[in-house]
Amino acid sequence: MTSRSVRFRTTWIWIFLVPTVVLYGVYTIYPIIASYWYSLVEWNGFDSGQKFVGLSNYRAVFADPLFWNSFKVTLFFMLLVVPARVLLTLLLAMVLNSPKLPLIGLLRSAFFIPVVTTTAIIGVVMRFILDPASGPISTALMKLGFGGVDFLGDQHLALPTAAVLYVWKFFGVTMIYWLAALQTIPYELYEAARIDGAGTGQLFRHITLPMLKPFLIIITVLTVEETFHNFDLMYTLTGGGPYFHTEIIEIYIYRWAFAASIPQLGHASAAAVIFGLLVAVVGALQLWGVYAGRRLRGDQR
Amino acid sequence: MTAQAVVRTDRRRRLLHRAPWWIAALFLVGIAVLWIFPFLWMLSASLKDNMEMFTGGLKLWPSTFVWDNYSRAWNDAHFGRYLINTVVTTLVTVVIVTIRCATAGYVLARYRFRGSKLFLGVLIATLFVPTGYTIIPVVKISMQLHLIDSLGGMILALSGGAYVSAILLYYGYFRQIPRELEEAAVVDGAGFVRTFFSVMLPLAMPVTATVAVLTFITTWNAFFLPLVFTFSRPDLRTVSVGMQAFVGETATDWSGMAAAGVISIVPVVVLFIFLQRYFVEGISGAVKS
Repeated sequence: MTSRSVRFRTTWIWIFLVPTVVLYGVYTIYPIIASYWYSLVEWNGFDSGQKFVGLSNYRAVFADPLFWNSFKVTLFFMLLVVPARVLLTLLLAMVLNSPKLPLIGLLRSAFFIPVVTTTAIIGVVMRFILDPASGPISTALMKLGFGGVDFLGDQHLALPTAAVLYVWKFFGVTMIYWLAALQTIPYELYEAARIDGAGTGQLFRHITLPMLKPFLIIITVLTVEETFHNFDLMYTLTGGGPYFHTEIIEIYIYRWAFAASIPQLGHASAAAVIFGLLVAVVGALQLWGVYAGRRLRGDQR
Repeated sequence: MTAQAVVRTDRRRRLLHRAPWWIAALFLVGIAVLWIFPFLWMLSASLKDNMEMFTGGLKLWPSTFVWDNYSRAWNDAHFGRYLINTVVTTLVTVVIVTIRCATAGYVLARYRFRGSKLFLGVLIATLFVPTGYTIIPVVKISMQLHLIDSLGGMILALSGGAYVSAILLYYGYFRQIPRELEEAAVVDGAGFVRTFFSVMLPLAMPVTATVAVLTFITTWNAFFLPLVFTFSRPDLRTVSVGMQAFVGETATDWSGMAAAGVISIVPVVVLFIFLQRYFVEGISGAVKS
């Protein structure tokens, strides 16, 4: 190729990249970097000026018990949600993967429907369904002779309730992950083993489990990462209450930046940077996990 | 035994053999009905009058059908307007995201150029950046560019989200297309742009469908960005933000709210029912790659 046509080609390559470079640069890369600067300034409102204050925002964040509270809530929520999502979905996926089951398409769709619906709307609707005074669940409980339960207003119940709803809402995603993993196991393998006289338990222990092991790592870490994106449900469901018991870090940031009468954007940015680092650490774990998974899969071949 | 009888006993045996599976299926159907109960309840609540909502409990069938709830949600609660906002935002975002991910995925997969490795690396590093992290600078820069408080600014911000998985889907697909195809196009006199638009992009139709469907649902359901972008412009709200605002403004009109919920959710559910395959493919892509 002549140098002119190479240059011509390079130009086109960059023209093809321009939309991504501009949009993703302005709305993803720049914010990631700018957050660091914003976390070092005192800045009370988007229209007002910024004053460099060094690390004092970080000191304030670290000294704020409510920040540590939101940190704990975020991690605790993750611990509540991830095992349920990863293990229960595996059970359902195994059932929904068996070729002899009738109505399989319909069932898969039904379990998947909550995933595609708007999380923020689910949050609002669920608040009504769980309303202690007149929601349908309470009414039914009272008819059965129990007292009304304030699922979202009770400080011990609110987070577990949100966790159950979250698992319900995103169950389908992990189920699809598992179905994709299960479909990599050739069906002939099961048939051959069954001819050799293996029972269902043995099939599971000696074929399904070992074949799924590499996927377990990937799916767990994907699920962990997804639990960090939980603003929509928490904000519409509880708004962080009762008394900060469900305030995840994203709501903490939102409160300081947008919900306060005098926004403290520097403080919020410092919390955001710490949050970003937390997500990045888990993300690094993920890359390592995928790498380890690849090696495990490679070993078996 | 006649041949017919053989067939009959054979069929009976097969039915008997399948009986446990049918029982399992029926059991699962029961669970599935419970699973989608919140949606059934919302649908029924949207047709009840407000009195029945309070007293009806879990009963699904409304005693009288109150269609008026829908007109209240549509007009008084402005969900007609919110729906238009959401449709416009979603469609434009889908077009922008699909085009930019297709072109980026294409050049990254087919050409080596200075910075291509770095480009991919940066993309993968930002795979999971949460909105809560980027929101403050996004609002600030949108203000500086005079793009806040406008549908256009919201669309740009939504299209500028990472969408790394979409680029990677295209990347993976374009990678495995044999070189000869491209060379044949070049021999036929097609330039860089023609090769992409008339040979490569049509080949990637399945990926395009997947990316478009995923982006559609992500954007339709987006909440954090639209919430922050419409603080001072209630007329620009999308349905997800409108629903949250509804609670604050008319806390007593439950059935109107349920109707608003149905209006907001039906479009995505219908889309899902028809294009389910692409959606599932997009999600399982994350595990396979």
